[in-house]
Amino acid sequence: MAVLQVLNVSKRFGGLQALNDVNLSVEQGHVHAIIGPNGAGKSTLLNCFVGKLVPDTGSVMFDGKSLLGIKPHEINQLGVSRVFQTPEIFDDLTLLENVLIPSFAKRDGGFKVNWWPRVDRERVVRDHAESVLQEIGLYEKRDEVAGSLSRGDKRRLEMAMCLSQDPKLLLLDEPTAGMSRADTNATIDLLKGVGEARGITKIVIEHDMHVVFSLADKISVLAQGTVIAENTPELIKGDPRVQEAYLGGPQE
Amino acid sequence: MFGLNRGDTLLLLLVAILTALAPFLLNPFPEGSSLAQFNGGYPDLMQRFVIFGIFAIGFNILFGLTGYLSFGHAAFLGVGSYAAIWMMKLLTMNVIPAIILSVIVAGLFSLLVGYISLRRSGIYFSILTLAFAQMSYALAYSVLTPITGGETGLQPKLSDPRVLDTMLGADGTSRANLFGLEMGQSWQMDWNGWVFTFNTGYYVAAFVMLIAFYLSIRIFRSPFGLMLRAVKTNQNRLNYTGVNTKPYTLAAFVISGMYAGLAGGLLVAMDTQVGPERMFWTASGEVVLMTILGGVGTLIGPVLGAGLIKYMENILSKINEGLLEKWFAFMPETAGDIVVTVLALFTGKGWHLTLGLIFMLVVIFLPGGLVGGLIQGGRRMFRTGDRSADRKVKSNQTPPTSTPVE
Amino acid sequence: MEAILLQILNGLDKGSAYALIALGLTLIFGTLGVVNFAHGALFMIGAFCAVMLSRIMNYSRVIIDESRTDFLGNPLKVEVPYLHDWFGPEIGQTMIEWSVPLAIIFSIPVMWVVGYVMERGLIRHFYKRPHADQILVTFGLAIVLQEIVKHFFGANPIPTPAPPAFAGSFDVGALIGFDPNVIIYPYWRLIYFAFAALIIGAVFAFLQFTTFGLVVRAGMNDRETVGLLGIDIDKRFTTMFAIAACVAGLAGVMYAPINAPNYHMGMDFLVLSFVVVVVGGMGSLGGAVLAGFLLGVLESIASMSQVIEYLPGINQIVIYLVAIIILLTRPRGLMGRKGVMEE
Repeated sequence: MAVLQVLNVSKRFGGLQALNDVNLSVEQGHVHAIIGPNGAGKSTLLNCFVGKLVPDTGSVMFDGKSLLGIKPHEINQLGVSRVFQTPEIFDDLTLLENVLIPSFAKRDGGFKVNWWPRVDRERVVRDHAESVLQEIGLYEKRDEVAGSLSRGDKRRLEMAMCLSQDPKLLLLDEPTAGMSRADTNATIDLLKGVGEARGITKIVIEHDMHVVFSLADKISVLAQGTVIAENTPELIKGDPRVQEAYLGGPQE
Repeated sequence: MFGLNRGDTLLLLLVAILTALAPFLLNPFPEGSSLAQFNGGYPDLMQRFVIFGIFAIGFNILFGLTGYLSFGHAAFLGVGSYAAIWMMKLLTMNVIPAIILSVIVAGLFSLLVGYISLRRSGIYFSILTLAFAQMSYALAYSVLTPITGGETGLQPKLSDPRVLDTMLGADGTSRANLFGLEMGQSWQMDWNGWVFTFNTGYYVAAFVMLIAFYLSIRIFRSPFGLMLRAVKTNQNRLNYTGVNTKPYTLAAFVISGMYAGLAGGLLVAMDTQVGPERMFWTASGEVVLMTILGGVGTLIGPVLGAGLIKYMENILSKINEGLLEKWFAFMPETAGDIVVTVLALFTGKGWHLTLGLIFMLVVIFLPGGLVGGLIQGGRRMFRTGDRSADRKVKSNQTPPTSTPVE
Repeated sequence: MEAILLQILNGLDKGSAYALIALGLTLIFGTLGVVNFAHGALFMIGAFCAVMLSRIMNYSRVIIDESRTDFLGNPLKVEVPYLHDWFGPEIGQTMIEWSVPLAIIFSIPVMWVVGYVMERGLIRHFYKRPHADQILVTFGLAIVLQEIVKHFFGANPIPTPAPPAFAGSFDVGALIGFDPNVIIYPYWRLIYFAFAALIIGAVFAFLQFTTFGLVVRAGMNDRETVGLLGIDIDKRFTTMFAIAACVAGLAGVMYAPINAPNYHMGMDFLVLSFVVVVVGGMGSLGGAVLAGFLLGVLESIASMSQVIEYLPGINQIVIYLVAIIILLTRPRGLMGRKGVMEE
């Protein structure tokens, strides 16, 4: 069953056709990678899933509901969490607070003036947040200020924040960008571990083929705003169109 | 106690004790001594301490938690004051209805202003709030004269209807009271040359301030407060975390507007008068100064800041050159003259200079304000003793940097 | 029609002041990325440069003129400015009367030094701090500066007249075909407007035609890249700040005859100038100038009795009202660029 169904999505910025008739179908429990050379429209596509951009034409259905014209926070409440290219966390707050916020958002919805109870007396939410930190291996640092973490740890924290919401769909925008090989491997293990245990559907946008091929169940190749191939990793590897797109397009 | 953790309970009790004993603590010098002018324990000033404390506590809920810097909060204080005075003119001189109405009216007004201003952030938000406040000021000063009394402002008059008072057959008094207890009433206690004044109005205002303080602690420690702090840190992330940030900031704005209205109502309850200058942008700037000086984002900081500024405004400004000359008469003439000339620059009419300098020093060297500085200093002192505290200091000091990789 | 034209003219001088201050604010914001709340104080210091020079030039020795007596019959004390001694009574007197224009020359080095010290001593350390901190520290500085001025010059406005040659009014109406004596306009305001136009032109020309200006404009567009080119941007920032200080100072010098300088004039103008900058669009020089004149003229038109009759009080609030409407409909102001102050 498809969790996310993208049909005929096009998006134009002035004279640039960023997305041209994109079709995509992400299966429940799969890790679906979207790859493609720079400027292929990967980020534009992702932004159409999270409510930052609205496509000119086409539809994006998640779990049977249209995502078009819905605000980012509402999309998140439907069960879509995202990880940014550079980790977006709450730098001034402690790690525990960082994870508490999405947990409260999950429980209380988009807005609630929940001003009487004390955060430290909210046992259920707190235990949940602490268990997620434990799972991701940051429990020991729970009282540290998030801004002082290393980049790798920031990425883990961001992942913990997403996982604490128990999302149906997790969007990862170049989760290993700018990471060392060791950090990248650690992130791959992390994604494999936590993802598989919970059966979360994931969409990964990635440059790093090593990451893509170690994670993905299915790969869509995007070039100049169009999906030129969609298949399993093995078959994508041998696809001449993909090789052409990568060699022809601007290489990193 | 009160649903607070140990530290917060202690803080609340400490503040309660200090406010209760303020008539003693603020009058440390015997009457008639040369230092008696440093005594701050007279009713008018003590009332201002706690009322502006309320104002600053409320402002801190907006600025300290969400980071939205409003340069127009005096408008809500002023609106609250006008609402209160009309209640006194039309209904009763009892302060309770006046204060309740001032909170409601200020809340509604801040809902309107906040709804519009919060569509922008950063400096645009600051300018929008400033524009609204300046408009309110200009309108109160000119066109709205029938409602605001224009330049002269408003005061209760004997000829006012005061429906409720008349119905209850109360005398035509135009003194603010709490069920007959007059706000202006004071008792004096003489003790070995010391004179302590206990004023009804002060204790009423102080009681309200304690409630306001308590509520602000609850907000700070609640999930709601956590969300507001998250707004300050990373609004983008919060949006993608399923939180609708707009209503959160608006709620914070309205709450702080209601605090301002409460302060405005209390001011009227104490001195039963109001004028448009209460809404001028300098008044909005003042509450910013108070909050920053004491420590933005800290619980007690804004109250301290408010007290400090009001003390300087009332006490430092009284020290004139003649007084300085008297104090430094013991010095050789030229040396004394120099000292007097230098000090005169910072005292009397020049107290604003001192304020500006202190403020600059705080912004430059103590971004956490006086309270933030104290906490950091305290942590440093106990560095060897308490390892976890030590770690916190370090992580507070290191700027958020991403470790370079590859 | 005549009335509207007259009000437009009346709005021009205030508009000129707004435009000059807003221009400086924008230069500082655009290049240094600093929100300078002390910019109004620079305008005020400029005005007091005029006051100070006029005081210095009036510095006199007292002689006792035995030939004349005061009403008590004592010999009259006559103050003779030293300038009279040095240059002869006539040239000396002319110099005194022309103190405001002369203050232009006097104020440039003063403002340069003030700007230089301010940037090196304070602003520089706030480049990396949040905008709120910049606003707060410069707000504090503005208080300090105005209190210092108050200490030395007192709290009352100090009338500082323009040269008598410009004391009269100019019949603009007669010149363009209206009845005489309908649209008359004081000479000095005309001069102020011309002066403002000159300064604005000079700043734009400087930015457009010099290498320095090229670097600054590039810096306004993309600060990091310019830094990477190995250009010593820091030094240029200091210079830029000093130039902005001079622009504000000159605006103040020439404004002194229009409105007697007082210590809080800077803050009064700053609040409005900030509204002007925001309306024009943060970071847009053209926008700042345009919005400055626009709001000055609007304010003036709104204070016509015909307008007030229909919309009482509109003259008090028109600027703020326009600012609110523009900010809500055009979030980046009239000519703002994308990505400035948006995070």
